[in-house]
Amino acid sequence: MTDERFEVWIAILLRAGVLTAAAIVLIGGVGFLLHQGDATPQFHQFHGASPEYTAGAAIVRGALHLDWLAVIQFGLLVLIATPVARVALSIAAFALEEDWTYVAITAIVLAILLYSLF
Amino acid sequence: MTFLYLIPIVFAISLLAGFLGALTGLGGGVVVTPALTLLLGIDIRYAIGASLVSVIATSSGAASAFVREGYSNIRIGMFLEVATTLGALFGAYISARTPTSALSVIFGLVLLHAAWQSTRAHHDPAGIKPPDPLAERLRLHGHYPAGGGRQEYRADRVKSGFGLMFGAGMLSGLLGIGSGALKVIAMDQVMRIPFKVSTTTSNFMIGVTAAASAGIYLKRGYIDPALTMPVMLGVLAGSLVGARVLMGAATHVLRWIFAGVVAVMAVEMIYNGAVK
Repeated sequence: MTDERFEVWIAILLRAGVLTAAAIVLIGGVGFLLHQGDATPQFHQFHGASPEYTAGAAIVRGALHLDWLAVIQFGLLVLIATPVARVALSIAAFALEEDWTYVAITAIVLAILLYSLF
Repeated sequence: MTFLYLIPIVFAISLLAGFLGALTGLGGGVVVTPALTLLLGIDIRYAIGASLVSVIATSSGAASAFVREGYSNIRIGMFLEVATTLGALFGAYISARTPTSALSVIFGLVLLHAAWQSTRAHHDPAGIKPPDPLAERLRLHGHYPAGGGRQEYRADRVKSGFGLMFGAGMLSGLLGIGSGALKVIAMDQVMRIPFKVSTTTSNFMIGVTAAASAGIYLKRGYIDPALTMPVMLGVLAGSLVGARVLMGAATHVLRWIFAGVVAVMAVEMIYNGAVK
C-alpha cells in the first residue's frame, strides 16, 4: 500500500467520523431547542455538567432514552473518538507498509493517549 | 437571555474561530475562550471545556480536507506527537508546584517575539547543507502541492525540533493553553518545514493532544452539552471553509494572519498572568 492510498483512507475515516458526530450533535441540538429553547442558561457560575452527562455509560443510556442533552453529549464522544481512531488506524497502515519504526512510534502515541483518557 | 438567543451568537463566534483555527494551525480555542468569557460572561471552566472540543472539531474537520490534498505529513506529526504528549503529561504533573502566572507572562513575551519572527520566511536555500541523517532515517520528508506542481521538502534539525515540541507539550499541560503556536513555530522556524505543511501538520497534532485531555474535562463537568453544541457545529463549519481558503492562499498572507493571531494570544496570556 502506498503512502497516498493510506492517506486517502484516513481522510475518509476522519470525514465519516466528523460528519457522524456533527449529525448527532445537530439532532440533539434541534431537539433541545424545540423542548427547552426558552429556558435561561446558567453559565455565569460554574455548577458543572450534571453527572448523567459526564460518564460514557450514562450518556449512552440517556441518548437511548432521547434525552436531547445526552444525544448532544454522545455526538461529542464520537468527535473525541475520531483522533483516537485515526492514531489506531495509522498503526495498521504503517504495518501494511512494513514500516516498523513508525508502527512503534505510533503505538507509543496511542498508549499515552489511552493512558490519559482512562 | 434564553438558549434560543444565546446559541446563535455562540454559533457565529465559533464559525470565525474555526475559520481562523484551520487557517493558522492553532485550533479554535484562541477565539472561543476569550469570546465566551469576556463577551458573554460565561464561567472560564465551561469556556475551557467548549474550547477543548472546538480544538478537536477544527483539527478533525480541517485534517480531513488537508490529508487528501497532501499537505499535512503524518510521519512528522506522529513522530513529534510523542514529544508533545510526553511533555503535556510532565507539565500536568509539575503544574501544582509551578508559579503559572509568572510563567504565563514570560511565555506571552516569548510568543510576541515568535509572532514577529514568523512573519519572515527562512532564507537559507535548501539543498546546500547536507541533510540531517536523523530526518533521513525517520523519513521526515515529503512533497506538497505548490504552484501547479509538487514541491519537495525535508525536515532539518530534528533533535532541536523534538526538544521544542516537548517544551510545547509541557507548557500546554502547565498553562492549559493550546500548544499549536509553538508547534507551528518549531516546524517552520527550527525544522525548516514549509509553512503550509507546518500549519496543517500542527492541525493534525493538536486534535490528538486535545483528545488526550478530553476525558479529564468531561469527568470534571467542564463540557456542558447545551453550550458546546453550537461551538462544535460552528467551529466545524468554519474549519472546512478555512481549510479550502488555506489551499489557495499565498504563504506570506498566511504568515501575517498567523502572526496576528499569535500576537493576540500572547497579549491574552500576559494579561491573564498579570491579573491573577
